[in-house]
Amino acid sequence: MAKMHVKMTVNGKEVEALAEPRTLLIHFLREDLNITGPHIGCESSHCGACTVDIDGKSVKSCTMFVGQANGTDITTVEGLTNPDGSLGVIQEMFREHHGLQCGYCTPGMITRAHRLLQENPSPTEEEVRFGMAGNLCRCTGYQNIVKAIMASADMLNAQKEAAE
Amino acid sequence: MIPGAFEYHRPASVAEAAGLLSQLGDDARVLAGGHSLIPMMKLRMADLSHLVDLQDLDEMKGIKITVSSVTIGAMVTQHELIADDALAAAVPIIREAALQIADPQVRYVGTIGGNVANGDPGNDMPGLMQCLNATYEVQGTEASRMINAREFYESAYFTAREEEEILTRIHIPRPAGGTGYAYEKQKRKIGDYATAAAAVLVGGGEASVAMTNLSDTPVWSQDAGKALASGDVEGCVAAVMGAIDPADDMRGPVEFKKHVAGMILRRAIDRALSRAS
Ligand SMILES: Cc1cc2nc3c(=O)[nH]c(=O)nc-3n(C[C@H](O)[C@H](O)[C@H](O)COP(=O)(O)OP(=O)(O)OC[C@H]3O[C@@H](n4cnc5c(N)ncnc54)[C@H](O)[C@@H]3O)c2cc1C
Ligand code: FES
Ligand code: FES
Repeated sequence: MAKMHVKMTVNGKEVEALAEPRTLLIHFLREDLNITGPHIGCESSHCGACTVDIDGKSVKSCTMFVGQANGTDITTVEGLTNPDGSLGVIQEMFREHHGLQCGYCTPGMITRAHRLLQENPSPTEEEVRFGMAGNLCRCTGYQNIVKAIMASADMLNAQKEAAE
Repeated sequence: MIPGAFEYHRPASVAEAAGLLSQLGDDARVLAGGHSLIPMMKLRMADLSHLVDLQDLDEMKGIKITVSSVTIGAMVTQHELIADDALAAAVPIIREAALQIADPQVRYVGTIGGNVANGDPGNDMPGLMQCLNATYEVQGTEASRMINAREFYESAYFTAREEEEILTRIHIPRPAGGTGYAYEKQKRKIGDYATAAAAVLVGGGEASVAMTNLSDTPVWSQDAGKALASGDVEGCVAAVMGAIDPADDMRGPVEFKKHVAGMILRRAIDRALSRAS
């Protein structure tokens, strides 16, 4: 089948490529662009390890064809670091609060948490759990993930206040 | 889990999309959010040569609310349904049900049109639309036509929509002010399809009741609605229990499903009655 031309912005950089239409976005990111932050857990739309941010929405990139993402603006966990390469706030809080063990689910967790906190900067613990329901973790029992996100919210709000 | 090869199309208008479908025939399928279709394609249970992506069709987006009705574009996502405060004020049961579908990521992309057109008995919106007496507007290469949600579902994955027709909009009559409502769903875990779900509207001498995933189509029971409208809760439950036809599957044996259906329905009725004024 003929390849299609796709163009999108990934972590602030414009990318252009030829891809088979049946290519799933997660495979395109990992194999064609070498962006291996988003992981493949279940490959069946359940675990959220492949979550990326597309035009302000958290999306399971294993359940989207590359053509659907044509023309979009995508952020992966790599795009959430500070400009100098140091860990961004949510990443830092996951480290500090032990929000990970094996780390497999972490890129999806952090990318999802980023969008959740954009939409709801001061969530309750219950809202965090509801908002993170599309991401599975087989290690942590979620407790420290929730703590890390609550701490991220505080930190981001404090930063915003300081900037004002 | 790589789907078979296909050609990708992204039309700019409904007319162009309908033209593509009629020209490409059986081998073409429309793609909305893809969160039912892509999993099926990965499993190679759906095999097609052309995908027609509807994402650019602005004619199929947006929510319009008038004094008597609500019109929802087929490409409106579950996330947009939940976020719309005016819709929540006009028809609150829609937000209540949408919040119980899948998980946040799925709701960002899954559309109401895909959910109702899909024909999967596990989808929550078809039963809800039957409860609300919604009408689906479908468009082929000729004039559009209207199909009532209560007449749309024929059996699992078979609907009254013709292959080359696109579901463009959903029209919902607004329930009278003070109508009590509830969408109640039992699932094995968050993000799962229903073991049983019930949609109930009651108030002002009227009632409507529909059930999800308890037959190969949603089940709307006129007798159940009539009984509930006259205050006969037991009659309503009995009518529903007579109308459902659950199958034995990974969500449990028939007896269990009937038990859950009864519980869920009673809870939905209680909550709907408590909200009616
Ligand atoms: C993990 C997971 C959990 C889920 N849980 C639930 C749940 O609890 N409840 C629930 O209801 N759903 C659930 N879903 C399904 C989800 O809501 C789907 O998004 C929805 O069923 C289909 O919408 P879509 O826009 O993704 O449609 P698509 O997958 O793009 O399309 C589905 C089908 O409908 C056809 N179609 C789509 N749009 C139109 C149109 N406008 N006109 C004509 N035909 C059309 C397509 O050709 C296809 O055959 C779940 C999905 C996942 C992945
Ligand atoms: S890999 Fe995409 S949801 Fe699990
Ligand atoms: S840290 Fe191992 S799966 Fe979450």
